[in-house]
Amino acid sequence: MRDVRGDFPIPSRTFAGRPLVYLDNAATSQKPRAVLQAMQRFYEQSNANAHRGVYRLAEEASAALEGAREAVRRFIGAADAAEVVFTRGTTESINLVAQGWAARRLRQEDELVVTELEHHSNFLPWQRVAQQTGAKLRVLPVDFLGAPQFDELGAHTKLLAFSQVSNVLGTILPAKRLIQAARARGAAVLIDAAQSVPHLPLSVQDLDCDFLAFSSHKMLGPTGIGVLWARRDRLEETEPLLLGGGMVREASVEHSTWLAAPQKFEAGTQPIAEAVGLRAAIEYLETLGMDAVEKHARELSSHAVRQLSQVPGVRVHAALAERAAVVSFQVDGAHPHDVAASLDQHAICVRAGHHCAQPLMRKLSVAGTVRASIQIYNTLAEIDLLAAALAEL
Amino acid sequence: MNLYGEKIADHAKHPRNQGSLERPDATHEGVNPLCGDRLRLQLQLVDGRIAAVRFQAEACMVSIGAASILSELLPGLSVAEARAVSRETLLSSLGTELRPSRIGCALLSLQVLQAALA
Repeated sequence: MRDVRGDFPIPSRTFAGRPLVYLDNAATSQKPRAVLQAMQRFYEQSNANAHRGVYRLAEEASAALEGAREAVRRFIGAADAAEVVFTRGTTESINLVAQGWAARRLRQEDELVVTELEHHSNFLPWQRVAQQTGAKLRVLPVDFLGAPQFDELGAHTKLLAFSQVSNVLGTILPAKRLIQAARARGAAVLIDAAQSVPHLPLSVQDLDCDFLAFSSHKMLGPTGIGVLWARRDRLEETEPLLLGGGMVREASVEHSTWLAAPQKFEAGTQPIAEAVGLRAAIEYLETLGMDAVEKHARELSSHAVRQLSQVPGVRVHAALAERAAVVSFQVDGAHPHDVAASLDQHAICVRAGHHCAQPLMRKLSVAGTVRASIQIYNTLAEIDLLAAALAEL
Repeated sequence: MNLYGEKIADHAKHPRNQGSLERPDATHEGVNPLCGDRLRLQLQLVDGRIAAVRFQAEACMVSIGAASILSELLPGLSVAEARAVSRETLLSSLGTELRPSRIGCALLSLQVLQAALA
């Protein structure tokens, strides 16, 4: 992959004379100038509300929004851009499926299944659905490499929801085998792709899932926009959560009807500039090539596992597992927050804490971990700086 | 590693009043929702005043250090006085200026104290 470092403003910052080492990309990624400029250009030249006005400027804004939808479709290998719904992010996407689809369809005898390593955003919405419907929420245990045990899936399983890449361990789950196991039992599948879409080539048609959720801001795009992709028949089964302008076919005092997907889920003015930014991020990643992006993530995370494992007192979680762009570890005798604060003295940004995955923390018997996560602008030398700083603790 | 000043470092490494009381008059356990850190505080009262304080924590140095420092401020105070201990009092007792992201760590012990006396 070509040297992309110069495309990103923030990784060139320094703190007290030390170059910033940003390794908190699983929380949010930095943005390339191409994304910032595309958004600026939209506001300077094409800003108007989308799908409202009949004047030419409004048509440009509508085309900007729909152009972004088409870019998403292509990027995730979807059959039809109408299956791409814009949301505020992964969290909203999952909540939309939970309340708009699952809460309306599940019965007391049904089961919802998640894995033990889910982020709270792929756990709490299902917990609520279980409380609302009386359905049972089952949690697939994961082994020491973070692989879930499938045999818990049963005939009553109506939905399996799992993250393709763990936001804590960085491990890549066997998505296809999980989907096949769920399919064999007639269950629908939701993939939390927040940590996989930024780093792995992916096709929803190839995966054969029902729902896929992700955020723009972890994949070099702006905050405030994300995606729910769902197969057309699933979108038809889903009711919107937000009602208002732009989603209604016909409104009357007695009865109102909705537009078809995706519009029925997009009430109110959409984040058009953010959609433009997301499209620019997608095109930036496509130019690099997702195979090269994945190779870079795997190379740096393997290097991190090797280097950190050699630091006395450092224990890497799921060290042997196949992973994407995240490495989580403990430092003997030091609380994760204190490790992170200490690394900040070296201008190294890592995350410490439970990473919104408290059930997994209980499994690992830790209150929290230290997490380093990678993006395309990170270098092997930065991983070495992290290892050296940990050795100095 | 001395990021948080001598006083917090000293209290975090050698916490005062760590442990538990056999017959506490008040016990409360609280969690820092940001990081999952957990702290339990126990109080023994004699004639309406705090006679003994013990705490146990699974927490970072700032949380433990602040809890230890707070535990030394409390003995002798009436319940009303202990309830009224302000965040400024605790933060100014830490011997250092914490960064904004760590103030919540220090205040966990104070929140647990206030809940224990509520």
